[in-house]
Amino acid sequence: MILDVADLSVDYYAGRPARAVAGVSFTHHAGEFLGIVGESGCGKSTLLFGIAQLLSPPAEIAGGTVTFAGKNLVQLSAKELRAVRWRDFSVVMQSAMNALNPVKSIAAQYEDVMRAHGTRDRAEIRERSREVLKLVRIDPVHLKSFPHQLSGGMRQRVMIAMALLFSPELIVMDEPTSALDVVAQRSLMVQIKELQRELGFAVIFVTHDMSLVSNFSDRLAVMYAGKFVELGQTRQVFAEPLHPYTKGLLEAFPSIYGPRVQLEGIPGAPPNLADPPSGCRFHPRCPAVMPQCKDVDPPVVVVEGTEVRCLLYEEKVSGVA
Amino acid sequence: MSPELATPKGPGAPLLVTKGLTRHFRIGGVFGRSLHAVDDVDLVVNEREIVALVGESGSGKSTVARLLARIYKPTSGEIVFNGRSLAHLRGRKDVLAYRGDVPMVFQDPFSSLNPVHTIGYVLRRGLRLHRPELDAREREEEVVRSLEAVGLVPGAQTAAKYPHELSGGQRQRVGFAQALSYQPRLVLADEPVSMLDVSIRIGLLNLMARLRDEGISFLYITHDIASARYVADRVVVMYAAHVVESGPTDEVLQNPVHPYTRLLLSAVPDPRARTEVSAADVGEPPRVVDPGEGCRFRWRCPLAIDICSTVTPPLLESSPGHEGACHVTVGTAGPAPVGVTAPSTADSAGAAFE
Ligand SMILES: Nc1ncnc2c1ncn2[C@@H]1O[C@H](COP(=O)(O)OP(=O)(O)OP(=O)(O)O)[C@@H](O)[C@H]1O
Ligand SMILES: Nc1ncnc2c1ncn2[C@@H]1O[C@H](COP(=O)(O)OP(=O)(O)OP(=O)(O)O)[C@@H](O)[C@H]1O
Ligand code: SF4
Ligand SMILES: [Mg+2]
Ligand SMILES: [Mg+2]
Repeated sequence: MILDVADLSVDYYAGRPARAVAGVSFTHHAGEFLGIVGESGCGKSTLLFGIAQLLSPPAEIAGGTVTFAGKNLVQLSAKELRAVRWRDFSVVMQSAMNALNPVKSIAAQYEDVMRAHGTRDRAEIRERSREVLKLVRIDPVHLKSFPHQLSGGMRQRVMIAMALLFSPELIVMDEPTSALDVVAQRSLMVQIKELQRELGFAVIFVTHDMSLVSNFSDRLAVMYAGKFVELGQTRQVFAEPLHPYTKGLLEAFPSIYGPRVQLEGIPGAPPNLADPPSGCRFHPRCPAVMPQCKDVDPPVVVVEGTEVRCLLYEEKVSGVA
Repeated sequence: MSPELATPKGPGAPLLVTKGLTRHFRIGGVFGRSLHAVDDVDLVVNEREIVALVGESGSGKSTVARLLARIYKPTSGEIVFNGRSLAHLRGRKDVLAYRGDVPMVFQDPFSSLNPVHTIGYVLRRGLRLHRPELDAREREEEVVRSLEAVGLVPGAQTAAKYPHELSGGQRQRVGFAQALSYQPRLVLADEPVSMLDVSIRIGLLNLMARLRDEGISFLYITHDIASARYVADRVVVMYAAHVVESGPTDEVLQNPVHPYTRLLLSAVPDPRARTEVSAADVGEPPRVVDPGEGCRFRWRCPLAIDICSTVTPPLLESSPGHEGACHVTVGTAGPAPVGVTAPSTADSAGAAFE
């Protein structure tokens, strides 16, 4: 086990505190690929920031632990964390523009990261920089480019390449391919998968693209309003989605195949995290809602290996037990 | 939110037309090489029409939108809006009017919002400029209305927030809301749904389709081809700064003529079917720095013949309204395209891609 997240909660203190991550627990193993999907604003980026200890005020960890390679990251000092970051785990953030330095060339930024971790040899730095750029199919002439001279998708790929400068044990990626065309997306994912097989690092991957997770992730977590409402083997979740939210998500996908159908999203608005609905947070929008859903916060139950938070499955489990 | 999918009202007269639109950038300092971001693009967006602009990452889509938004100046070529060349826009008033008629939604919502102002402030300021006829109360209502139209509910609460208090997908919708609040003629929407989950994405696509029927046109830049199929009247495909194919949406998706379009369609995943990805499409990055003559797809093209490396293929009509730029499939140079039919979009969910 490389990563153990236990009951992690994160609050934003802006006016009324909003719990953007509410008691998330999972374990993650070397070489494993976990996909996280969920509605815009449900707390995915906050969760990743919480895991990587990159939160800044007004965000605060309200509870829980993040154990990476035996150390509880929540308790490390800034200095201890810096040593771990990039070398042992790398983070690809949702906004490449925020993460890249606008006044430095790509080459200079790669050099900074490599020097900070003890690589001094110029030729080695140059060689490795060219190598990772080629890996993401960017012409190495762009080593001299500044971030604003690159297209959106190129900036994203520059970020991904930066995460691969070392051979980290864990790579955390927040929508790293949202600006890429499907061909580039696929080829990039295949490359990451191949590297993963070769080097054995673990990946946590946030995306809105269900087809990417269906093809590349071993396990899938579905997040709703700060909680993992379903977590299981990707194949299993796609074949038999348990949570009503997961079902809605899978049905709402436009396709280029078959007849053109009228699509509807999941009705209703995302909840206000500062004042979440009582009981099951999905109950105001749930097509399968039952009277008790309004009062009881569904605990995790395990149905054929998949963890789900939904009262529909409570009795089945207690019936078995 | 129920757009008419199959038969949108027919598009009207040309609203925006470009002729030979070109933009090059000088890169690499002293040796002064030239990067061709957009080359010789002829584009038409009609009234009441959604045109999807798709293509490889780095092919020039955002640059086209920035040229149309007058953020970049063309190296050469012309942009005509509503019968009038943009080169003839004179004075602040003209420019302001154009910005309100043709607003742009930026691809990166993290860098496009000023961090020191609330969302409400930014939207109100835009309205003061572009819709001076509104009084303070009407402005406030318009801010709330446009935020709620894109699913940022309750709008008043969102308006009070600063950009950093919003998630990626929430910020992305702020740009869209602002563009809509101007009562535009044509929205330049650069990847407006890339950070949205499917459910909210569909809400926004349905909104676009409804607005189209109310008379607003969209240049919809996207890498989500399934969504283009869902809302767009026409599709334009770019590769390495050139338009390589364009035509009515169904026509392009069902009978793609350019090999790049075919590659693109064959890679479109279907979440319900597991695509067995065996080999990656690890071709060369496209060459847009001093590219020279010839088809820019030739290094990756399974159909390439000799002429492809010496002559740039022109856009030719393959069927009414449907154009492609390929010597082999559209031109007269190559052998008849027997056996090179596109991977059928109807049943190729499991097809491995070439
Ligand atoms: N600095 C902040 N202050 C207050 N609230 C915040 C702050 N940052 C984020 N939030 C809120 O916390 C919630 C979770 O945000 P987060 O960025 O984690 O969402 P997300 O799941 O990554 O969404 P997306 O898919 O749109 O990127 C959102 O509702 C957002 O409005
Ligand atoms: N200001 C600039 N200076 C130099 N080069 C630029 C500039 N803006 C864009 N380019 C180059 O122009 C080319 C096209 O970029 P553009 O942003 O238009 O691509 P795109 O099609 O929008 O790609 P993506 O899908 O990745 O966003 C790229 O090679 C990019 O490096
Ligand atoms: S617990 Fe109830 S409201 Fe929540 S998802 Fe299950 S059925 Fe729906
Ligand atoms: Mg996010
Ligand atoms: Mg772009």
